[in-house]
Amino acid sequence: MEPKPRIGVYICHCGINIAATVDVKQVAEFAGTLPGVVVSRDYLYMCSDPGQGLIQQDIREKSLNRVVVASCSPRMHEPTFRAAAEGVGLNPYLVEMSNIREQCSWVHTDREDATEKAKWLVASVVAKAELLEPLESREVGVTPGTVVVGGGVAGMVAALDVADAGFPTYLVEKSNHVGGRVADLNRTFPTLESVPEMLEPLIERVQTHPNITVMLSSQVAGVEGYVGNFEVTVTGLKASGSKPVEAESSDLRSGTHQLSAGSIIIATGYDVFDPHRKPELGYGQYSNVITSLELERRLVEGDLTVNGRSPKRVAFIQCVGSRDKLLGNPYCSRVCCMYTAKQSRLAKELLPDADVTVFYMDVRTFGKGAEEFWDEARAKGVLYRKGNISEIYRKRSDDGDRVVLAGEDTLLGQPIDFEADLVVLAVGMEPRADVADLSTMLKLPRSADGFFLELHPKLRPVDTAVDGVFLAGCCQGPKDIPDTVAQAKAAASSALIPLLRGTVPVESATAIVDAEACAGCGMCVEVCPYGAPALDPLWGVSRINAVLCKGCGACAVTCPSKAIRLQQFTPTQILAQVDALVGV
Amino acid sequence: MKTRQMTEQLELFGCIQCGKCTGGCPVARKTALNIRSLIYHMLVEPELAVNAHEELWDCTCCFTCVERCPKDVRPAELIIGLRGELVESGRIPETIGAALMGIFRQGNPTGMAREDRSAWTNGTEVKAAQQGCELLYFVCCTASYDLRIQPVARALVKTFRAADLDFGTLGTEESCCGNEVRRMGEMGLFEMLVEENGELIRSVGASRLVTTSPHCFNTFKNEYGLDGIEVLHYTQLVAELIEDGRLNFSGGVDNKVTYHDPCFLGKQNHIFDEPRAILQAIPGVELVEMDRSRERSLCCEGGGGRMWAEGTNLEERLAFQRVREAAETGAEILAVACPFCLLTLEDAVKVQGLDEQLRVMDIMELVDLAL
Repeated sequence: MEPKPRIGVYICHCGINIAATVDVKQVAEFAGTLPGVVVSRDYLYMCSDPGQGLIQQDIREKSLNRVVVASCSPRMHEPTFRAAAEGVGLNPYLVEMSNIREQCSWVHTDREDATEKAKWLVASVVAKAELLEPLESREVGVTPGTVVVGGGVAGMVAALDVADAGFPTYLVEKSNHVGGRVADLNRTFPTLESVPEMLEPLIERVQTHPNITVMLSSQVAGVEGYVGNFEVTVTGLKASGSKPVEAESSDLRSGTHQLSAGSIIIATGYDVFDPHRKPELGYGQYSNVITSLELERRLVEGDLTVNGRSPKRVAFIQCVGSRDKLLGNPYCSRVCCMYTAKQSRLAKELLPDADVTVFYMDVRTFGKGAEEFWDEARAKGVLYRKGNISEIYRKRSDDGDRVVLAGEDTLLGQPIDFEADLVVLAVGMEPRADVADLSTMLKLPRSADGFFLELHPKLRPVDTAVDGVFLAGCCQGPKDIPDTVAQAKAAASSALIPLLRGTVPVESATAIVDAEACAGCGMCVEVCPYGAPALDPLWGVSRINAVLCKGCGACAVTCPSKAIRLQQFTPTQILAQVDALVGV
Repeated sequence: MKTRQMTEQLELFGCIQCGKCTGGCPVARKTALNIRSLIYHMLVEPELAVNAHEELWDCTCCFTCVERCPKDVRPAELIIGLRGELVESGRIPETIGAALMGIFRQGNPTGMAREDRSAWTNGTEVKAAQQGCELLYFVCCTASYDLRIQPVARALVKTFRAADLDFGTLGTEESCCGNEVRRMGEMGLFEMLVEENGELIRSVGASRLVTTSPHCFNTFKNEYGLDGIEVLHYTQLVAELIEDGRLNFSGGVDNKVTYHDPCFLGKQNHIFDEPRAILQAIPGVELVEMDRSRERSLCCEGGGGRMWAEGTNLEERLAFQRVREAAETGAEILAVACPFCLLTLEDAVKVQGLDEQLRVMDIMELVDLAL
């Protein structure tokens, strides 16, 4: 025989957030009259320690077996109140909340009406509370290991941190070498250190680390599972042991490999904007119009000659393919102002007699040492002129190779036709073209600009909507090397949490199938975004994987036989709420 | 004029003053017109002395600024808006006023009688579209009245017949499309033309509308709201006919030909390939490209009302520079696909004494020779 419900109701003032509009004392008094309610209180801040203490004291002294907190949205403090109850031995799922802030005091101005509404809201949740059932808190084991997708700087740094913490790490890289796009660079800002010298120790550590398995020429072909228990299918080459990996090494076994991991880090990087998409700049038509990456190769070789001659006038154009709504790239690529300051300065050093000019819209040098770096570039004689170039055409004369940059010097307020021997386009970053496949495989949403979407732009920069999958580097958005490294370390830290804990909690309020009522139609399988239901091959009824289920309720709503009930949101509970609201 | 209202209406706050508009403006280099600076004034000053800016009439509405703006501000719309202010206060160049009056009274900017609009047919029978047809051929004021352009219209008729198309024209009921009217700032007249022409066009019941001029094409396609009717410039239609094998070239043109992209066809509506496809299909044609082609084609200075106003700088016309560029390719024929380009570039050839070297011809005149 089930014990009778003994419900405690707690009305929060939330300072003046609720109390200024809702007469909380009246609501508490009203709640005290509802069936099953043993105690009803109001307090200034229920989420505070003393507030939680009130609940705990009442649970102990008044033998409460249900708790209703009428306060803010459950998204704020549901975990708080559940933990408070659990702390004194009450099942956390016997706690329910009524939102009288976002859904009442914050959206109404009339005190009388708002108080009435708050009473009804509380009454409906009290009616539900009577029917709540205790649920199990569950945890599953975690596969100790991480898969890092992408072997650039972000991937390598993340892999090293996970490996150093003692866990096996797979580094899956599409091309035949690690190092990513940084490996194509000559020198980096603001230190101007040589990139090979900077990267080599990093690559060496990755290739010789006993916990890291580098897989070159490899791609992720599929991902199954959930946080703590991912199954990643990779096609490509797998190194055996921990020897340094060469692309043609005979130690490599080619084929399809199945990797098990507790967490996944995506570090797939970016694509470079193709300036053929801005035909007015003449890229592809004139051989002396090149991209910044092409210039970087020439700087490595120390040779900036154009058609056999040393350029006398070099021009850099910023924001090519970035900050451009018409192209569909409205965002700023962040690194180009700095790399142009670097390249223009190095070009001036290589060609001391040449005029080096940078055409810009704004100069964004925000990192540590960045502004000073830009000061240095101008001190060395690089001229900055404010005005984005509109088009480039060939100079009509026997001087053959020169092009003319048509633009306006906006500070002079005059149009200019600027001649140059060498033009460098500061091309921006774009999301990788192949990112759509990965996005689909992992169910990872992307932001409007096409890069992977982080869970919260300020507070959760490396988490994604998928538990256990983290982002590092430019795949999440354009950024420079210091920010990439910081984010990679953050991703590693987050990826390590489930590994170190050894278990992950799993949603308790999941959906359950009544096998007797199930007709085996399979509609729940189709509608579930998480792949949780599956038809049992032997019995033909649906079974829901309680670990994969996130409790969204789509299956319960879809089932034509009403065979599925979502715990914590059962039909009886919801109908009881409705009855209370209509005054039955 | 108080700036606030127009600034908000045109959403000029998006401007970051990057300078690509003025930087790409073909007339900025030879007049006081600086569209970026005008936008800045609108943003920061409470008033603008519109009357003091005579250079507002220099704009050709080539819309390079609109094509280049990274923040999608559409700078040329400010010029059109400011011209609207000038039109309302009556302060417009006399010749532009005359053109507008002609359009209002006789349906064409020359002011010649409406009843003479069909004289270009030279007596040949052209079906009246009002009787119903599949293809409505909108001739254009310039092609109807200007003796130099009339052969283009006749060539189109010949081509449509050769391909056995069911086509007709509006005859003397055709009125100016209004593309230039809107760009000269006369919104009232433009709206009237859209309503009257629109009604007439719809009543014909044709599924396709084809124009001689890219200007007519531009406004019918983008500003009239002719849903359900496929609007084409003749280059699109003729290229399609050639590809479908419905035109046979028995003759040819054995010349080096270069093609000038008209602003209203190329830059604004991104039609670059069809005109070239037609030229290359004509036997004997050797097509050479100028350096400044396609998106960078140099405006002939015929649009935006400039056919009826000299502008503030009479000395170096852009058309002069353009025909020199054409001559430098070694081409004997400079092919165009717009009546305004044809008139301004041919004028430039004559004034600079290049008529021995270079002939300016419409693509349809070349097609006519080959048919």
